[in-house]
Amino acid sequence: MAARVDIGFWFPALALGVSFLKCLFINAYHSTDFEVHRNWLAITHSLPVSRWYHENTSEWTLDYPPLFAWFEFGLSHVAQHFDRNMLQVENLNYASPSTVLFQRLSVIFTDVVFIYAAKECCRCVQEQKGSRDVLNRPSFVLAVLLLWNFGLLIVDHIHFQYNGFLFGVLLLSVAKHLQSQHLQGALLFAILLNLKHIYLYVAPAYGIYLLRSYCFTQDNKDGSIRWMSFSPLRLLALGSIVVSVCALSFGPFIAMGQLPQVLSRLFPFKRGLCHAYWAPNIWALYNVLDKGLAVLGVRLKLLEEAELPRASMTGGLVQEFQHSVLLSVSPSATLVCTLLSILPAVASIWLRPCGARGFLRCLLLCALGSFMFGWHVHEKAVLIAILPLSILAVESREDARIFLVLTTTGHYSLFPLLFTPTERPVKVSLMLMFTIFSFTALRKLHSGQGPLLRPLEVVYLLGLVVVAIACEVVFPLSPWQQRLPFLPLLATSVYCSVGVCYSFLRLYVRLLQRDDKPKQL
Amino acid sequence: MKTWSLVSICVLLGVVVRWGVSLNSYSGAGKPPMFGDYEAQRHWQEVTYNLPLQEWYFNTTDNDLNYWGLDYPPLTAYHSWICAYVAKIINPDWVELHKSRGYESPTHKLFMRTTVLVADLLIYIPAVVLYCLYLTDGSSKKKISTLLCFLLYPGLILTDYGHFQYNGVSLGFALWGILALGLGWDVSGSMAFSLALNYKQMELYHALPFFCYLMGKCIKAGPMGRGLFLLVRIAATVLATFALCWLPFLSDPSQALQVVRRIFPVARGLFEDKVANTWCSLNTLIKIRSILSGDSQLYLSLACTFLAVLPSSFRLLTKPTFWHFKLALVNSSLAFFLFSYQVHEKSILLAALPVCLLLNDLPLIAIWFLQASTFSMLPLFLKDGLLVPYVVTSLAFLFFSLYLLSALDHCSEDELRMGAYNKLLFFLPKMDLACVVRWKFYISVAVMAVLSIVSIALVPPPHLPDLFPVLVSTTAFLHFFGTFVYFNVVQFSEPPSRKSQKKNN
Repeated sequence: MAARVDIGFWFPALALGVSFLKCLFINAYHSTDFEVHRNWLAITHSLPVSRWYHENTSEWTLDYPPLFAWFEFGLSHVAQHFDRNMLQVENLNYASPSTVLFQRLSVIFTDVVFIYAAKECCRCVQEQKGSRDVLNRPSFVLAVLLLWNFGLLIVDHIHFQYNGFLFGVLLLSVAKHLQSQHLQGALLFAILLNLKHIYLYVAPAYGIYLLRSYCFTQDNKDGSIRWMSFSPLRLLALGSIVVSVCALSFGPFIAMGQLPQVLSRLFPFKRGLCHAYWAPNIWALYNVLDKGLAVLGVRLKLLEEAELPRASMTGGLVQEFQHSVLLSVSPSATLVCTLLSILPAVASIWLRPCGARGFLRCLLLCALGSFMFGWHVHEKAVLIAILPLSILAVESREDARIFLVLTTTGHYSLFPLLFTPTERPVKVSLMLMFTIFSFTALRKLHSGQGPLLRPLEVVYLLGLVVVAIACEVVFPLSPWQQRLPFLPLLATSVYCSVGVCYSFLRLYVRLLQRDDKPKQL
Repeated sequence: MKTWSLVSICVLLGVVVRWGVSLNSYSGAGKPPMFGDYEAQRHWQEVTYNLPLQEWYFNTTDNDLNYWGLDYPPLTAYHSWICAYVAKIINPDWVELHKSRGYESPTHKLFMRTTVLVADLLIYIPAVVLYCLYLTDGSSKKKISTLLCFLLYPGLILTDYGHFQYNGVSLGFALWGILALGLGWDVSGSMAFSLALNYKQMELYHALPFFCYLMGKCIKAGPMGRGLFLLVRIAATVLATFALCWLPFLSDPSQALQVVRRIFPVARGLFEDKVANTWCSLNTLIKIRSILSGDSQLYLSLACTFLAVLPSSFRLLTKPTFWHFKLALVNSSLAFFLFSYQVHEKSILLAALPVCLLLNDLPLIAIWFLQASTFSMLPLFLKDGLLVPYVVTSLAFLFFSLYLLSALDHCSEDELRMGAYNKLLFFLPKMDLACVVRWKFYISVAVMAVLSIVSIALVPPPHLPDLFPVLVSTTAFLHFFGTFVYFNVVQFSEPPSRKSQKKNN
């Protein structure tokens, strides 16, 4: 474990700089998520707790766990000093200038948690000796990769969400594990789960890691588990932390007998396999394969066009997607696929724990695995993998390589989130800025043995530029604009899903390589 | 990290900040019947596209000069004409004669903002990058820091992308001229500067230093022979550039005369609104406009301006070096701003550009002045609803320029180029100049902050409705006047020797 790294004056400068930048986007476009959060402010402020999960005046019902509702409740007490009208449930789509100002500022200020977490992460990074130049220090590079992350900037501060705050809690918990303060890490993660339940995806990594590396205090000489070293006290401590946090959050609702209602709000399985815009995962490829086979079948006269489901030709715009040739996918099937995909990673940290960094790797694979195979995945979820991977990227060359491929494709796949022409210069410039920085800084950090990326990877990433130009410039001018409006979205998600799949596989290969090493030693 | 990647990151950051500011409101948004500068620019597109060139500057039935008539030189008109062609392709309603008056829509705003960004990307930003890379001293890191501060100067960003104007074009051409002169390409430099003059007549603020620098250089090269040859070449270039720009108006003398009359409106009075110059500040004590007649006001301001410009121009003429050229640009533009006739608050940008050139040499004073110049336009920005971008960009600029250029550590006597004068004023008690300057800076920033907060948050007393704008402009005037004196002093002290500069770096 490296000694705690000193954080110079540059860290506050970076944090302050990005906060100023965020303030400039106050008047930018915001998505319906803005109204979602305004509605939650209104619900939590004006209704009794018992009504929170029953209220349905707006279509954007409260569907985050109770702690987040309490968070909104806290915010609403500040909000009333800006504009009382935003706190009325009936004021649908209310967006007065002071409402916008308040909501934007609330995101910017709660990002303090993220800034603190980034600072803690920078302190855990192993520094090489002798690099005096600040720009070439791993902690500096990591700080920029986290604080100035393109995805987080556009999703939170233009599109509008509170991910910075939530990722702050996640990264803080990861940093606590890296610093071997496991109980604090567990507490933070328990809080995080009760803020937003999407982080259940990475819960297996936490569970297994804590059980294996914290509750068992010793290993055998060959690295296998020593059953005798089990410490019931530690398990008890962990268990009481998790149970008490959950009790605090869900307890009142259990007492009121509303648990089924809350759970039905949290896990709506009525939605389709893919989000309106397909996230770049396996199902995007599966859908396209299906469509391709259908078209081929019609051409070869193996299928009747009339028999095909109508919706299949407007895919990407309609949430429901019926497969015409391949099997339709059910939620339980995606669950099985997801579990299968993360099983090897989880097994590996049980059988051969590699410390906190092994855990981090497992967390990444859980996040990416569920992104690849999950039901109704949002494209934004790729950030759950990108942000923690930044920590590994500044420490090892191989991880830097995976990071570059995953980040560039993942971030590009976020482009359709901001479809308004006014925001286009911002998203393109920010993306270029982040990409240029990550390439040159990581290259310099891991300078030495030749280029960082393999030729094929370079070709693939350059292909992104071609896709970007085709989708953003050529396509709107072409005659296909009218007939096939979904084509750019389709091309983007399919092209990006190749890169995400590739990164997922590379990460697995890394995990297996790691497994071999102790044997050789 | 390689220089090119840092440069591109800085430029992209500059673009993001510019675009971030441009998401906000513009001057005269939704305020009929006159609207503001945004409508003026749009109206010029309408006029230049629909009317024959001979009518552009004349009051006709189709061209009401009282409604934002063209009052800039021909290059601005051509620029509007080109923009109008693009506008016509996208949406003909934007430039339709008469019917498009006061046209406002989100798409149109996007189009107008884009034209500013395109002009900036083509002219201003490349000039800044080249200047910082080739004409500033120090390590590549220092150059990049200077570049970032230069690009993030809030005054220009807020007026061009918030309020709405095309200052980047004229300042960019002037910067190209300075750049070329710094690299020794005198002929192309004078051409670039002629273009700047033909874009905005306010560039005359910079004309005298250009003239004196080139003249001094010719004299130094020998009044006969090489010097004369250079002079002739420069003169021919300037004349040719001017002739090209004015070609369509030259066929008829009345045409050219009308353009000149439109460009220099003498009838508008000594000053309008609240400007941070001598006349407006003096007005709080003596009502000059009621004492003197219009003509004597004009002559008074002419005489004062001439006297104020004289020392620095003379010094430059005798010592035509690039260092003196930069200082003379500051001194001349400040002299014009402080003393000349009919000054607008936005004209301070003309002084801000040469001060930006000195960010690397005299960081603290430059930052101080640039901050004051942004502050002096506060009433304008508040009127346009640019409060948030004003606060954000000013704070960011102040913080990052002080941090990146480590300005507060570089204010010893030597580094402020005040060594010689301290010896001269030996009878004064010995004080640590660095400490004094630093405290003055802190106090001044505090005063500006307090005044900003006061003018945002408080309602002025009913019998003094202009209290805050007057306070703002007077404070800014004191800063400008102080800077003007300081830069004149620096110009008359010894230029920094190469050796001491290397030591400092």
